[in-house]
Amino acid sequence: MSHQKHLEVPQRYLKLSGLEPLVVTPESNFINVGERTNVAGSRKFLRLIKENNFEEALSVARHQVEGGAQIIDINMDDGLIDGKAAMVRFLNLVIAEPDISRVPIMIDSSKWEIIEAGLQVVQGKCVVNSISLKEGEEEFIRQAKLIRRYGAAVIVMAFDEVGQADNFERRCEIAKRSYDVLVEKVNFAPEDIIFDLNIFPVATGMDEHKRNAVDFIEATRWVREHLPHCSVSGGVSNVSFSFRGNDGVREAMHSVFLYHAIQAGMNIGIVNPTLLEVYDDIPKDLLEHVEDVILNRRNDATERLLEFAETVKGSAKEKTADLSWREEPLQDRITRALVKGIDQYILDDIEEARLSVSKPIEVIEGHLMTGMNVVGDLFGSGKMFLPQVVKSARVMKKAVAHLEPFIELEKDAVSSSNGKILMATVKGDVHDIGKNIVSVVLACNNYEIIDLGVMVPPEKIIAEAKAHNVDVIGLSGLITPSLDEMVFLAKEMQRQNFKVPLLIGGATTSKAHTAVKIDPQYEHAVVHVNDASRAVTVVGDLLQKDRSQGYKTNLKEDYAVFRKGFLNRQKTKAFLSLEEARANKFKVDWDASEIVKPKQLGVQTIEGFNLRLLKDYIDWTPFFRSWDLHGRYPDILTDKVVGDQATELFKDAQEMLKRIFSEDLLNAKAVFGLFAANQINSDDIEVKISEEKHTTFYTLRQQSKKAEGRPNIALADFIAPKESGKQDYMGCFCVSTGFGTAELAAQFEVAHDDYNAIMVKALADRLAEAFAEYLHEKVRKEHWGYATEEKLTNEELIKETYKGIRPAPGYPACPDHLEKETIWEILDVENKIGVVLTDSLAMWPAASVSGYYFGNPEARYFGLGKIKEDQVADFALRKNISEEKATKWLQPNIAD
Amino acid sequence: MKDIHKALRERILILDGAMGTMLQQYKFVEEDFRGERFKDFHKLVQGNNDLLSITQPKAIAEVHAKYFAAGADIVETNTFSGTSIAMADYEMEDLVYELNFESARIAKEVANEFTEREPHKPRFVAGAMGPTNKTASMSPDVNDPGFRAISFDQLRVAYKQQAEALLDGGCDLLLVETIFDTLNAKAALFAIEEIKEERNIDIPVMVSGTITDASGRTLSGQTAEAFLISISHIPLLSVGFNCALGAKQLTPHLAVVANRTNLAVSAYPNAGLPNAFGEYDESPVQMAEQIREYLDKKLINIIGGCCGTTPSHIKAIADIAAQYSPRPLNQPINQIV
Repeated sequence: MSHQKHLEVPQRYLKLSGLEPLVVTPESNFINVGERTNVAGSRKFLRLIKENNFEEALSVARHQVEGGAQIIDINMDDGLIDGKAAMVRFLNLVIAEPDISRVPIMIDSSKWEIIEAGLQVVQGKCVVNSISLKEGEEEFIRQAKLIRRYGAAVIVMAFDEVGQADNFERRCEIAKRSYDVLVEKVNFAPEDIIFDLNIFPVATGMDEHKRNAVDFIEATRWVREHLPHCSVSGGVSNVSFSFRGNDGVREAMHSVFLYHAIQAGMNIGIVNPTLLEVYDDIPKDLLEHVEDVILNRRNDATERLLEFAETVKGSAKEKTADLSWREEPLQDRITRALVKGIDQYILDDIEEARLSVSKPIEVIEGHLMTGMNVVGDLFGSGKMFLPQVVKSARVMKKAVAHLEPFIELEKDAVSSSNGKILMATVKGDVHDIGKNIVSVVLACNNYEIIDLGVMVPPEKIIAEAKAHNVDVIGLSGLITPSLDEMVFLAKEMQRQNFKVPLLIGGATTSKAHTAVKIDPQYEHAVVHVNDASRAVTVVGDLLQKDRSQGYKTNLKEDYAVFRKGFLNRQKTKAFLSLEEARANKFKVDWDASEIVKPKQLGVQTIEGFNLRLLKDYIDWTPFFRSWDLHGRYPDILTDKVVGDQATELFKDAQEMLKRIFSEDLLNAKAVFGLFAANQINSDDIEVKISEEKHTTFYTLRQQSKKAEGRPNIALADFIAPKESGKQDYMGCFCVSTGFGTAELAAQFEVAHDDYNAIMVKALADRLAEAFAEYLHEKVRKEHWGYATEEKLTNEELIKETYKGIRPAPGYPACPDHLEKETIWEILDVENKIGVVLTDSLAMWPAASVSGYYFGNPEARYFGLGKIKEDQVADFALRKNISEEKATKWLQPNIAD
Repeated sequence: MKDIHKALRERILILDGAMGTMLQQYKFVEEDFRGERFKDFHKLVQGNNDLLSITQPKAIAEVHAKYFAAGADIVETNTFSGTSIAMADYEMEDLVYELNFESARIAKEVANEFTEREPHKPRFVAGAMGPTNKTASMSPDVNDPGFRAISFDQLRVAYKQQAEALLDGGCDLLLVETIFDTLNAKAALFAIEEIKEERNIDIPVMVSGTITDASGRTLSGQTAEAFLISISHIPLLSVGFNCALGAKQLTPHLAVVANRTNLAVSAYPNAGLPNAFGEYDESPVQMAEQIREYLDKKLINIIGGCCGTTPSHIKAIADIAAQYSPRPLNQPINQIV
């Protein structure tokens, strides 16, 4: 045993941690410890804990951290509280709030059992407040050892068996003794020791209290000089105890005391920041009187200050939350309504604004645009998030709708927008959530949006763009065939001598595809925009007259470089021939594999399904992603950056869901079938629809060269080959929760409520996925019945820990959409439940999911990756379609 | 244990790669997991990899041997889930001592064979202490953030049992690893300190946290530096990170720790990030090239691999690491407690 090791470490700073580090160096500013979460120090906090109102008690902690506390002191020592239980409960709740628990915690109690209970629930490095030699050396050592083992720093009170240190010598003596015991006998790191040298009141009228402040300050100086690496702390408000009720004087006393104590080496303290005056701002006469008392400069200092205090009005700095924003000037109210998305008073305010100007258009160009610019700036700098902006847009639209009739009356009024933007989801595609969000955000930034909706044929896009003389064209799409539509449109724009920039967005698009496939087709600007926040800056740069040319030139170069790099990388990837890939297929031991025959073969339909059953099957993470809020549910609700927004959005979603459920606003239907099946020709699956009727699914095989031991998989590998002599089975399905979505969204759109219109669509999508999950479970457990014992939580379902898979055409394992036609044929989807396929094989209504069921326990999800021409040709031959058609549909997966 | 401190000053030590990835290749089924001894056990046990130390000891020894042969100086025991808490899933809490003891014994036996053959390169066994499947500072119940499924004391007791068995079985050091909740790790360190005091011995301890994603934080929300501060209160052999990220993504977090500690620094990343289908597909050459950056920047003293890594990865890493000197340690690493 030796503490030799400590002395060789070069940097011996007090280091604490919450979720984030706090390192106290000689250069650090004074460390302020929040004191409001202390039942002994805050009546409000005491009341809240007594009333078991931990929720609001938490907000006290949050308020302190937001107010700048770098450590929060938590104390539950009160006769009427079960201190240990309250400490543990409160700490557990604090830990769950990242905006509070980012700072280290000071566990404050005079009872060791409360301290220990606290140490057992905090992951970060805490400070224990406090231990002392009061009960003798043995107990002191025992507690210190445990504190070290729990990994905390410690506050040591200047207190020993004799009593509390109340003069300079005793403070130094006890500090020295405590330090030596800790460092020598406990091997406690000296930088983890913080001394509380007892701050006592001055100006009490008693002579023995006159030196209280001076002795503390001098002892602080001595300790910092003689006891290396340690810190000094204290509760500052004690010093002004005798001036309770006169906050003006107290504030000055605290500032003066701190000013001198900090110079002497006090580096940590419990200070109420709202009871602190800036030293330089203390009036000269008051300063002089206070310093006389603190530094004990005159015998009559106390009397003089008391006398002077009568003239100092109590000017408590404590600020109450200002809820009276309705009293503010008109512009501030409008801006606030837009930033906060409050539509309650907007019509009154807009009416007031309209009456104050000569032309109603001025309200839009003046008041509203001023507010929206603030929204734009906050959004651009990451201080607002998408759902908030969409709510802002709702307020904006209401305001504009109110003004429109008045503007109509003034015929000469011409609104000046920043530019006209045409937005469309391309032919064959029905997905528009992302497009609508981008439209709303751009509209917020004063662009005029010409939204052509979904499934817009290229001729129409071209014609409308010409008719409206638009400045930018934005194309969106979610399914892979949409990529080709975009390429086609770029070619058309080139042929017809368009010059306006082309924006590309949507889940399936990428910078790589845009650079490699679209950009070369059009000599003017083409930009891939992956999120709504970028859309604003990109469009801004494209349309800014003085800068746009340079920006466009850069864009072209950037995409050319990206394209070159991308194509170069592609070339290095090694591929197998289809034949080689087949030889390396995923091998299931069919002799050992147990195949369960479905309980019921054939096709079944579900109608009038009770949507409520899906509530617990919803995977929320993608819902947040559709609003550009990134993070996993439920963690996202407490995320430091987007947590508040996510929580609010989630709340709104829950409300909408409730409405959907209680008013039966959406209609869910499903059709599925289970069939005898066998793998044939290596990559195909022959499905027996009835005794005489067979059909075939054509699957695609991974062709990139794999690491040794890793197979080249095709879905067909999961089905027993005919030659194995075993009868295997598979299924397919289509579910939809989209019936009613369009109507409901339209209702909101009419009411200028894009927020809820988008919300409905986003929720319908989630419900469709949930329905697919639900049905899959039913199939596994009942209809097919190969997993009757399965018991999974919703989380496990989302993580897909179940046996068997349900891959969907158009997704990584089977990116080919063409097979949907086969599913439609054998399930008779269109007639049975009314989900139709578009030209591009997207499903309508959009909130639909279709796919296959594979039940083999070894079946798993995989990504096809890139394939080669030999497989395209082979696929065309097997499927009996032209190579050209096969190439068109498989394009995104064909290696260049 | 002088040897490991000495070795650590002389060269970069190589840790092994994934055990789970290697065991998958055996394609063990329920029967294999059960073996003769557990053939009538009342619960399914497939997936309980730790159990294989008892039912398939040869396979475990084989994997260890492959890693030693690939150049590893240290192998981890097959005890990632070897606590009564994690074993509760299989209702095999009673086997915890035996599982850990046997795992340590098997690994040590293989290590001794290699050390005998190559005395200039002594081999070590690290007793792996995983995070368990419960978290002491997070609530599993969204509606009750104050709820905790496990307490510090329960963790301390479970870890103590595991650590004692690992030491009894012959481990040279302990490795508290894949830490996603620092409070769990603190309970493990607390238990180890208790053993050190009770047995009056020194135990070299490696601590390895897990940065879960691009946010650069542990699952329980701490930054790399906050994590380092939270576990620095007891003497450690090394501190570092493993799992969740590939070598490339781990670099900045490793740099944070390397620049702020005098302890040895360890890293054993995954073979890249999982692709869209949950597979780790970074090749040995690719991974070793990423690790070269650690070496160029002098970030590490101990290097190995986690999920998806194989003996080929370890060999590639060992070959590159042999060309570099270790990250300098500012203070002599000694055994004082």
